[in-house]
Formats: sequence, structure tokens, C-alpha cells
Amino acid sequence: MNLAQQPTTIGDNSAASLTDADRVALFRSMVRIREFEEQVQRSYLEGLVHGTTHLCQGQEAVAAGAAHAMRADDYVTFTYRGHGHCLARGMDMAAAFAELFGRASGICRGLGGSMHLTDIEKGLIGCFGIVGGGLPVAVGAGLAAQLNGRGQISTTFFGDGAVNIGAFHEAMNLAQVWGLPVLFICENNLYGEFTRINHTTPFENLARRAGGYAMQAVMVDGNDVEAVFAAVSSAAARGRAGGGPTFIECKTYRHRGHSRTDPAKYRDPAEVESWLKRDPLVVYPAQLAERGMLAPADAERIVAETRSAVKDATDRAAAGAWPQASADLTPYMFV
Amino acid sequence: MPEITYREAIVAALQEEMRRDPRTLIMGEDIGPSGGPFKTCQGLYEEFGPARVRDTPISETGFVGAALGLALTGYRPIVEIMFADFLGVCFDQIVSGIAKHRLMSGGRTMVPLVIRAIGGAGLRFAAQHSQTAESWLLSVQGLKIVAASGPAEAYGMLRAAIRDNNPVLLLEHKALLSLKGEVATGSDAVEPLSGARVLREGTDATIVATLAMVGRSLAAAELLAKDGIAAEVIDLRVLRPMDTSAISESVRRTNILVTVEEQAKLGGWGAEVVAQVAADAFDELDAPPARLGLPEYPLPYSPPLEDAAIPSPEAIAATVKSLL
Repeated sequence: MNLAQQPTTIGDNSAASLTDADRVALFRSMVRIREFEEQVQRSYLEGLVHGTTHLCQGQEAVAAGAAHAMRADDYVTFTYRGHGHCLARGMDMAAAFAELFGRASGICRGLGGSMHLTDIEKGLIGCFGIVGGGLPVAVGAGLAAQLNGRGQISTTFFGDGAVNIGAFHEAMNLAQVWGLPVLFICENNLYGEFTRINHTTPFENLARRAGGYAMQAVMVDGNDVEAVFAAVSSAAARGRAGGGPTFIECKTYRHRGHSRTDPAKYRDPAEVESWLKRDPLVVYPAQLAERGMLAPADAERIVAETRSAVKDATDRAAAGAWPQASADLTPYMFV
Repeated sequence: MPEITYREAIVAALQEEMRRDPRTLIMGEDIGPSGGPFKTCQGLYEEFGPARVRDTPISETGFVGAALGLALTGYRPIVEIMFADFLGVCFDQIVSGIAKHRLMSGGRTMVPLVIRAIGGAGLRFAAQHSQTAESWLLSVQGLKIVAASGPAEAYGMLRAAIRDNNPVLLLEHKALLSLKGEVATGSDAVEPLSGARVLREGTDATIVATLAMVGRSLAAAELLAKDGIAAEVIDLRVLRPMDTSAISESVRRTNILVTVEEQAKLGGWGAEVVAQVAADAFDELDAPPARLGLPEYPLPYSPPLEDAAIPSPEAIAATVKSLL
């Protein structure tokens, strides 16, 4: 059975518990994100990825767990550290690489780049480079969901740095006042760019911020993919039933620096060490093996096949044509 | 044709488009049961209800960004910004989000939204509540910017803006709200947003203006007519994308160009008009083009100072004469 070639399913959030197949799918989703990001790192150093890029190794469980709890018709907004969320929602890898490489075959025709991956058909309505910029947009999508009356939700991912910017506060307030089905998912990796959270924020448990808006909040181990799935499922169900927004703080950590080749020297090596031990790509397959749900050989096969798929996608992307510099871009600006 | 006020024209346009398309909705501060601080949403809440006519908290970043989210998910939101000055609050959502989204997505998204911003000086609201903001976003590619100089424009351009599938910033002027004019309401067809319009024909000078400066330019043309000078007055109407072909055509006949804007000249649209006309009709100019605008300091409160800051019909006429 070729496990890597089965599509990652977007889970039906009404399922009370995960099946073995779901668990394998969660693992496969995390592997795809990890392998994609590792390749982006290599491609960046080879000069194929331009400008800057922000990688999410270590944070895969948030993207994979949350995506699995959502419906295909839910809306998602996210940040410049967004490759994981795109892949978890099924964005085509070759089109994603091609976008980072600036090719015309990119998902945004090479016009957006790493920080602006958008795939409206998959509900990925926008990737926002300005910290906090996507949160009001997510509130609008949440209002659309409420008006549509079909039980959709709007999910927005952001980092710990975003909880101090105006757009966050306005969005949180508006979502709560209007009772919108918005999930505010904070990936607290303890660093806003190069600055540790204790220098910028009065407390480290960011779920407290929700209290200021009388909003339901939950804190979860962001490296435990099943815990993320459960928290998001539960909040999504509440939102779908008209119960309003939820703030979900996911405690996690990024293995790499903030962007590009940032060596992240501002982090305490002991802190890094302790988080690397909680790498979801190490912990989860070990748990699954222990529970007899995924044999180590099968897990290794998934990794190998994903690496092969990543290489193939990279090669196809790198062979893609450049957009024409002389082309008139007006049709891509105005309808 | 019935005569209605600028304010009533806005209400009529909103009513007609909201009746026509159930995907439209309007948000803003105090626009619900109160009908808006300037009564530009009178009766909408009673007709369309709280789902489609929403009072917002004082959160321009929040609700303008929400408008982008609604536009991306199949709705056609209209936002009322109470004072155009408040565009400074939600500036990022407009310039980094709304204006750029479609291009950054490779043309795969559509952002059909309208921001109506009520601005302008002359009512003693002082420096923080008197911007027309007509030049604040002038350089933002991806945004359409239009300015309504009278009731027919307020009506026609708002309907066109709502039907436009692109983000449109519609500038309205608070000193024009009670201005009356003939407006043909109720038709199904709407002229799409297009460029400058000649309001008064003339042979001796071309005066280009927007918003409240259009009325003052028409008054200046009356003053000039008494001295046998026939000025042609053009309402620029669409600031972005800016089409000055009608202005160049006019200057080829009159040979004199004056622009009048209610913003600082430095960084204002007047310079852009001059640059475009100079490129198109350089040899037709008999004198260097002149620009009128606000002084190079924030608008003062005291009535004689505010009045002196805004170009008067007399000052516009004097400028034209100085070039002849």
C-alpha cells in the first residue's frame, strides 16, 4: 500500500474520535510540511527562492491538526509563515514551489511570493505579510460564514507577536460582539521575530488576552497534533452552532530562525534543546508505533515517498518559465 | 427631473443597489437605526435590517479589513468612513490588503468593495476632521479613487462603484450634503466609472477641480464671464486611474490650465494633471499651468482662517486672469 500517495483528507469535524487512517493522515500531513520546508531551506541557499521566506519546522502539528478539523468550505487566513497551512489544506506542492521560485506556473503566477500564497478554491483566502493584517479579514470571512448560514467557520493563524498590534484587538472585539464563527489560532512560539515574548508582553499565556474580550479561550500543546485537532474540532463545532468565536493558543516552537538564514542566536540553547525533544515529527510516529497504529517501517516509507514527491515537485517548479517582464499586469490588478 | 440633495442622492443610490443585489451590505459607525451622523444611510436599517446595515464599533482597521474578508468570500460590502481623516486609521488595511490582494494572488481573487469617505473643509471641524483625503491614497496602485462634486455624481458614481468588481474609494464632501441638483434616479442601467467631465464650456482657460472646488470653479467662471473671459470648467471625477485626455483636449483650445484642489499642492493631484497635460499638449500652453490648493500648514479652526485657507471663486478667477 502506497501510503504517501493517498490524499490527505480534510477531516469531518463531526467525528467524535480519530480513526487509525486519520492518524496516519495527520502524520503524512506533518511529514509533507516538514519535507517541503526543508527543501525550501535548501532551495533558498541555492538561490532558487528569492527575498525572504519564513519556515515553520517544529510547528507542523498546528497546521496539520487544525486543517484536519476543518471542512473544505471553511475559510482560512494566515501569515507569512504560512506554507504549512497551505499544504495542510491541499495546495499543490509544485505550484507552491514555483511561486516561491517566482515562476509563471506559481500558484499566484509569481506575483505574490512566499508571503502571499493564496488558493481561493481551497479556502485559503489570503496570506498577510503585515503582522495582524489578516485578522480583520478573517472576521469579515466569519461574517460571510454567519450570513451564509451553512455552518462554515473562519480560521485565522497568527503568532505571539500579533497579540500586541491594533488589528488583533479590533478583530477580537468585533468577532465577539457580532458572535462570529471565527477561530483565532495563536501559534505561540515564544518569539516575535528576534525578541522573546517576556520583553514585549505582560504574560506568556496568551489565552489570557481573550478574557479582555469576554471570548472563550483554550490553551493547548501545539506540538500534540491530536490535542490541536481536538481543540479546533470543539471550537469549530461551537462556532458552527452559533456559539461565537474561540481563541486557541497553541504552545509551540520553531526549529529555525525567524526568516531566511537567521541563525536565531538570540535563543537560549537549553530552551532550543528542550523543544527539539518535543519535535512532533519524532514524538508522534513514536506514539503511533507504540499504539500499533503505524509501524516504523511504514512511517519511514511515508517519509521517503514524501521526499521523492518533494524532489519531483521542486524539479518541475525549477523548470518553470519566468513571467514576461514586458507583460501588462493590469488584468491581474483590475477585473 | 426631480431635484434632490447630495445626501438624498447617496441614500437613493444605496437603496437601489441594495435592493438590486442581496450580496451588498453596508457597515459603519452609527449608520444603523441612526441613519448615519450625516444621515447618508437614512432608512436603510428599516428597509434592509441589521444583517445588512451594521453599526460597527469605532474600529476602522477592524471593519475595513472585514470588508476585504467579505469581498473575498462572495459579498459586496460598502463601508462608510465618517470622516475621511479616519482613513489614516485603516490605512494599512487599504494599502497593504485591499489594494494589493488581487495582484498578489495572481489575479485569482476579486475584491468588489466600496469605501465611502465623507470629508472636506469649510464647516469649522478643524484640522483632524476636515481632510478630503483626495491625495492621501493617490499613489496606491490597485485602488480606484473617485470624487463626487454634486448630487448627480454622488448618485451615479456610487451606483457604479458598487457594481464595479474592484475596490473603489468614493470621496464625498460634507459641505455638499445639502446641495440640490437634478438626479435621474431609478433606472436599471448605470454608467460605469469613467473620467473627467466638462461642466461648462469655454474658450479662454481650462479650470480643473474636484469635490467642493468644482462649485467654486463654476462660480469663478461666472465672475470671469463678467470680464468677458470664457472659462471651461472640468470636474476631474476619477482620480485613479487618472485620464486627462479630456483636459488636454480642452487645453488645446484654451491654452491656459489651472487646477484647484482642496488639499496641499505638494503631493496633490494638481501636479499630476499638469504633468500629463504638459506631456500631451506642451506646445498648446500659452502660460505655465497654475495650481491652487490649501496652504502648507494644517487647517486652522478659526472661521476667518479656515475661509482664507480654502481657494475662493475670487482667488480662482484672479489666478486665471494672471495667466492671460
